[in-house]
Amino acid sequence: MSKLISDKTKAVFLGPLSKNNPITVQVLGICSALAVTAKLEPAIVMGLSVTIIVAFSNVIISLLRNTIPNRIRIIVQLVVVAALVTIVSEILKAFAYDVSVQLSVYIGLIITNCILMGRLEAFAMSNKPWESFVDGLGNGFGYAWILVAVAFFRELFGSGTLFGLRVIPQAVYDAGYVNNGLMILPPMALILVACIIWVHRARNKELQEK
Amino acid sequence: MNTNKNSYTLIYATVMVIVVALMLALVSSSLKDIQTANVELDKKKQILSSLNISFEGQDAAALYKKHIVKELVLNSKAEVLSDVMGDAFKLDYIKELAKNIDDRKLPLYIADVDGVTKYIIPLRGAGLWGPIWGYISLNEDKNTVYGSFYSHASETPGLGAEISQANFQQEFVGKRVLNDNNEFVSIAVMKPGQVSDTQDEVDGISGGTITSKGVEKMLLSCIGQYEAYLKISNGGTEE
Repeated sequence: MSKLISDKTKAVFLGPLSKNNPITVQVLGICSALAVTAKLEPAIVMGLSVTIIVAFSNVIISLLRNTIPNRIRIIVQLVVVAALVTIVSEILKAFAYDVSVQLSVYIGLIITNCILMGRLEAFAMSNKPWESFVDGLGNGFGYAWILVAVAFFRELFGSGTLFGLRVIPQAVYDAGYVNNGLMILPPMALILVACIIWVHRARNKELQEK
Repeated sequence: MNTNKNSYTLIYATVMVIVVALMLALVSSSLKDIQTANVELDKKKQILSSLNISFEGQDAAALYKKHIVKELVLNSKAEVLSDVMGDAFKLDYIKELAKNIDDRKLPLYIADVDGVTKYIIPLRGAGLWGPIWGYISLNEDKNTVYGSFYSHASETPGLGAEISQANFQQEFVGKRVLNDNNEFVSIAVMKPGQVSDTQDEVDGISGGTITSKGVEKMLLSCIGQYEAYLKISNGGTEE
């Protein structure tokens, strides 16, 4: 009996978390990383939504991979993703209305996320469903933790809060500290992502370009 | 099987489109009733929020029934077109706003909070990226603000999106929409620190100027439609 989680599957899951991270190494999905990281909460919601959608669309494409005509494969992938996102959003609207209101902004961003198309094209088209599912989870989490890290710093220094709760005490403000307005604006997300990429490459020599 | 043949590609695409379309239609129509109920419940929650009534862990629909004692459909001359419960609630406000001001049907909710009458005016306007909306409740004098609620579709988190936060909404409490001469002036949303000479003002959101101004415009245009009604038997300030 083969192991449920083989070494290869493990590598498929762990790779995107660090050495093959979709944001810091492949530099995909940057646009949504800029848009939703001003606060922690939307960043987490976005990270989870993308994880779920990548994992399941990976499975569907992987199941269909031998039947998909080569010339229209991108269209098929797009239809699967769009249908999945629409169905999920309809179900949320019916059974978790509050969540769907929060998510409404991101639905469009999920469909256009390059990570989705990237994984479908690069992995699901040539691998079995189970591995594709794990690959989707790995890439989703790899995307999510970068988003959360960026959002943590942006919310902390930009608004002085975490999850909307004040963490920098009033006494610090009284002493002359002010929130950094630049943190809230999109350019700062780009700078923070760049800092993460810098640290990441400094620690992983093999990622450095010659 | 040769999956590169033209006929295969055509059939594959056709079948895929039909299957997906059927699936989406099925999901959409089977969930429609639940979704409409959710939207209505959410609207009731928003109206309750503008009355500063907390519905956490309670049945919002029952609270709404308890507090909202009257629903009116008005025109801009303050004539009551309908006072049947549900008529105002079901009115498509967005469609009405597109009409000429004289043809508009305007919903107004009248609430009873601890024995005191409050008037609730629905709001609808534009922010930076998309629509913003809300409800504002006025005290018995139809002038001072009792509470307000704002929400938005896609304003920037941390900037414009702050209009949906309680601390912004609480700023409006006690502000007046009519001036000392009983003229309608609405409430200004100013850069923090600035003051208006001609009307009451609240502090806008730093970095969210366009959304803040959107709220100001929304208040002016939406409450303005009810000017005639607000001035009827406006106890105290009327000459």
